[in-house]
Amino acid sequence: MTRAARDCKPAEVAADTSCENGSVAGTPPPPAPPIVAPTWRQRGALLLGRAAAQASRRLHRGGGTALPGVVSTALAPNVVELFSALGHGVVTVTGTNGKTTTSHLLTAAAERANLRPLTNRSGSNLERGLASTLVDAVDASGRLLEPASRLGVLEVDEAALPALWPRLRPRVGVFLNLFRDQLDRYGEIDSIAEGWRAMVASDPGSPTLVLNADDPSLQPLRVAARGPVVAFGIEDASVALPGAEHASDARFCACGSTFAYERVYVGHVGHWRCRGCGVARSTPEVAARSIVLREDGTDLELVTPEGTANVSLPLVGLYSVYNALAAAAAALAVGVPLEAVRETLEASAPAFGRQERITTYGREVRLLLAKNPAGLNAVIRTLLAGDERLRLLWLLNDGIQDGEDVSWIYDADFELLAGRDIEVVVSGSRAEDLALRLHLAGIEPAFVEAHTSTALEESLALVPRDGRLDVLATYTAMLELREMVAARAGAQHYWEAPR
Amino acid sequence: MTSMPSGGVPPEASRRVVRVVVLYPDVMNVYADRGNLIALQARAREHDIDLEVTSIGVGDPMPEAADLVLIGGGQDREQERIASDLAGRGPRLREWADAGTSMLAVCGGFQLFGRSYHTSDGREFEGVGIFDVVTVAPAPGAERCIGDIVIDSSLPGVGEVVGFENHGGRTFLGIEGRPFARVRYGFGNNGDDGTEGAIAGEGDAVIGTYLHGSVLPKNPALTDHLLRAALRHRYGGDVELERPQAGWAERAHDAAVAVARRRGRRAR
Repeated sequence: MTRAARDCKPAEVAADTSCENGSVAGTPPPPAPPIVAPTWRQRGALLLGRAAAQASRRLHRGGGTALPGVVSTALAPNVVELFSALGHGVVTVTGTNGKTTTSHLLTAAAERANLRPLTNRSGSNLERGLASTLVDAVDASGRLLEPASRLGVLEVDEAALPALWPRLRPRVGVFLNLFRDQLDRYGEIDSIAEGWRAMVASDPGSPTLVLNADDPSLQPLRVAARGPVVAFGIEDASVALPGAEHASDARFCACGSTFAYERVYVGHVGHWRCRGCGVARSTPEVAARSIVLREDGTDLELVTPEGTANVSLPLVGLYSVYNALAAAAAALAVGVPLEAVRETLEASAPAFGRQERITTYGREVRLLLAKNPAGLNAVIRTLLAGDERLRLLWLLNDGIQDGEDVSWIYDADFELLAGRDIEVVVSGSRAEDLALRLHLAGIEPAFVEAHTSTALEESLALVPRDGRLDVLATYTAMLELREMVAARAGAQHYWEAPR
Repeated sequence: MTSMPSGGVPPEASRRVVRVVVLYPDVMNVYADRGNLIALQARAREHDIDLEVTSIGVGDPMPEAADLVLIGGGQDREQERIASDLAGRGPRLREWADAGTSMLAVCGGFQLFGRSYHTSDGREFEGVGIFDVVTVAPAPGAERCIGDIVIDSSLPGVGEVVGFENHGGRTFLGIEGRPFARVRYGFGNNGDDGTEGAIAGEGDAVIGTYLHGSVLPKNPALTDHLLRAALRHRYGGDVELERPQAGWAERAHDAAVAVARRRGRRAR
C-alpha cells in the first residue's frame, strides 16, 4: 500500500474526447530526424557484436539473439539510440500478450508498403535484443544502410519500455493489453501500468498511441497522451464470453471504483465502464465486426477510418483478432494503405511457437506458447474449438524468462479441459507442479517425463499417423522443444526462420 | 454472495460438511490464491467431506457461522480498497477465531489480519487484529522479498512447508505473536529474524503466511491441519484424517523443495 490513488476526474475524460474519432491516416510523419551518423564507438561495438554472433552460430550455440547485443551494449551503452535516427521513425509494440505476433504482422505490412522495416525477432525484446537487431543490420564497416528510408518495428518488454522509450523516441507506441505475468519479476501489474503512464506523461514529444480500447488498464495512457490516440477494439457481441474468466486483472478504476462490463472478450478485456467516475471504453477507430471463429482461422470485417475491408485471417482465436487490429491500426498510422494491410493479414503466418504447425514422422505438431494465465486460457479455448481426441505434450519451465514462480498455473482455467477426451504427457523443469495442477482439475496425466527429447518421442508415439500433437510450453521450454521438432522435420532453426 | 456445494455431489446425511468462507475472492487473488480452494476441495473429496463454499465481496453480509475462512493477497492498491470493509468484519472474525474456526490468511490477507499496516507515506491502516503482528511498507525503491521459500512449522503434523513469496511489506511479531514457522530458505516475515507467518486462535487453527497463492496444493499436511481444525469446530472432538497414498502433491512438494535448495536464499 504505497501508491497514492491516481486522478481520474470526469473533467479530464471529457477533455480527452478530442482525441477520439481522429483520422488514423492523418497522423503526420515525424519531423525528419537528423540522420545521426553512428559514432566510431557505436560502429566498433556493432562490428564486435557481429563477430560474436558469427562465432556463436559457428559453434552451434544457438541463435545468438542476445549475445551480440550484450557485447555491443557493453562497448557502447548508447547503441539503441541509433534507432531514433531511422527516417520513418520507430514503432514500439508492448503488452503482456501478443507482442511478437503483432510485431510480425506490422513488419509484414510495412514491407508491403516498402517502408523497409528493421525489427527484432524471436521475442528478444530487452535492450540487448534491440542492440542485436542493429548488429544484424550493419554492413562490414559498422554502418546501417540507408537509415533514412527505414522504419523500426520493435517489440519491447513491458517492464523495459519506460527506460527505452525516451531513447528510442518512438513515432508510434502500440499498447496491447496488461495481464498478470511473471509477477516474481515485475512485482505488481499496477507498477507496470504506472511506469507506462509516467513515461507517456513526461514525453516532451507527441507520439501517436495505439491503444486497446477494450482493456481498461490502458485508460490512464489515453488520459496522459500528448499526441493523437488511435483506439482499436472488438465490436461483436456474438464472440463475447458468457462470464469473466478467472484471471481478471483490472478491477479498479484509477478513481477507486470497480468496472462494470457489458461484455467480456478475453480476461478483463471487453466493453467496460467505471461504476464511479463514469469513464468508459471509447469507441474504437479501428474495429473488428462480424467475427467468425473457425478452427483454422478467423473471418472478420475490419473497420477503419480509411474504409472497411473483409479479412480472412489465417490465425485462430480472439487474441489473434486483437493482434491483427493492433497491427492494422499501427500500419495505417505509419501510412500503409488499407489494401496492403488487408493483404498482409490474409497472408500472415504464425510467429515462432504461436500456433506454428510442423509435420514430423507423418504427424502434425502444433506449437502453442502458454506462459501466463490469460495466454493459457486463450490456448485452452483454442484446444476446445475442435471435438476430436486431444493429445498434448505440456511443458512447464521455471527459468527467469518463464517466471521462477509457477503458481500462475492455478489462475488458468484447466478445469475447462476436464471431461474432454484427452491424453497429456507432462514435462519441463516443473513437471511435477504441472502434473499436480492437472490432477486437481480432474485430468490424470498419462505420465511425467523429465527429459524433453524423450517426452517428445513418447508423446509422438501416442499420436496415430496423420494425427496431431498439441505442444503447450512456456517460453524457454518452447525454444528447446521447437529446435527438437524442427531438427526432426528438417525445418529451419528459429533464427533462420523468415521474419 | 454465492453459495455452492463443491464437486456437485449432493451431501448425504452421513457425510461431513465443512462450511468455507472465502473473503474477497475477486480481489484478493493476485498470486493464484484460488489454488488453495482448489486443493481444499480435492483433499476434502479424498476424505469424503463436502465443502459448502460462500464467497464474500465488499458489502456482502457475513454468514452466521464458518468452519474455515480463506483470504488471499491483493495488489497494494486493491488491498487499500477492501481494508475498511474488512475492518468492519473484524469483531465477527475475531469471535470465530476464538471459537476455533480454522483460517488461512495469505500474503496481503495475512498483513490485514494483523494489528496494523503502515504505508511508506506515513498512513496507518488498522487490521483485523487476529495476529499480534505489525507490517511496515519499506521505503519506495526498496527490494521486494521475492523467491522460493522453505519453512519448518512446529505445528504437529505440518512440518516442512514449501512455496513462493513475493511481498514488499515487512512484518514483525508483537509480544503475544507466535510465528507459524522458522525460515530455512527465503525471507519470511521480514528477511531478518528468521520467522515466517503467525498462528493464533483456539487450537492454533488460524494461520497467516507469506507463502502466497497456491500454498495448499503442494503442502497436503497443512491442508489436513486446516481441515482437521474445521471438522473439530463443526463436530467437536479430534478427527483423524487418513493420509492418502503419496501422490502428485507429495511429488510436487519434494520437487519444489529441491528447486529452493538449488536456487534459494539461505535464511540467516
